[in-house]
Amino acid sequence: MWAGVLVACASCYVLKLAGLSLPASVLQDARVQRTVPLVPIALLAALVATQTFSTGHHLVVDVRAAALAVAIVAVLLRAPFLVVVAAATATAALLRLI
Amino acid sequence: MIRDALGIGIATGAYALSFGAISTAAGLSLLQTCALSLLMFTGASQFALVGVVGAGGSVWAGAATAALLGSRNALYGVRLSSVLEGGWWKRAAAAHFVIDETTAMAIARDSPSESRLAFWATGIAIFTLWNLGTLIGALATHALPDPKVLGFDAAPPAAFLALLAPRLRAREPMAIALSAGVIALVCLPFLPAGVPLLVVALLVALFGVLRTRT
Repeated sequence: MWAGVLVACASCYVLKLAGLSLPASVLQDARVQRTVPLVPIALLAALVATQTFSTGHHLVVDVRAAALAVAIVAVLLRAPFLVVVAAATATAALLRLI
Repeated sequence: MIRDALGIGIATGAYALSFGAISTAAGLSLLQTCALSLLMFTGASQFALVGVVGAGGSVWAGAATAALLGSRNALYGVRLSSVLEGGWWKRAAAAHFVIDETTAMAIARDSPSESRLAFWATGIAIFTLWNLGTLIGALATHALPDPKVLGFDAAPPAAFLALLAPRLRAREPMAIALSAGVIALVCLPFLPAGVPLLVVALLVALFGVLRTRT
């Protein structure tokens, strides 16, 4: 676990440093400028989908789907980050109690 | 400007509470959780690593996802390099603070000296409160018996959604997000945990590059 954690930390630091060090021509290349901002959109969406609708290798619909629906409402109401997360957590916990 | 920096610092500190909690619930130790906030110091990547590990993926799949999410920080450097001039050691120190919030605060200023001050003030405020929040969140969750009963498995998707939402203000990003979610779910049963994320990253990179050429 530690090795993965430290390699990930080093990679993220190198990327930040690269931005300050690489020649501007590389980073201002149209393909780079267009593609890089799309990566977080796709990855975050894939994370939302897989972590809501799967357990291990199985696709499932459980209380997490309801929690996500509550989170979507909270986001649409422009709730702060912590409120979105807390609302989803509370929804899942309450539904499991019932 | 200092007040703005503190305001953002406090907001991110609150958000760090949830990171500390999610990371501990995912099975990382207190020390590993704090190491991520101290050394990685870029929120979405940290959430991604612990999210993948918490869902049963390998730490390497989590690390790859974290690095891919961190690629956007390299683009911020283009807009900051004129502000953050100086020797290599100064650049090396500044690099650690190159994240969404510090970039936004720095480029919102008119003069280079104000930008520099905004960058450092925001960076120091966030770094301090982000790590403090992580520690408190991790300690609090450490004391809990069963994170799943308490709904903690629903926390990571909500966190990713909250990070994603501000990026979805047009039709194209919305379409990309929906396709990415569907593709990840379709390949999930057939690939090792965490790998569907890398497939999605590869596809969106191809899409971006091919789109630009035409």
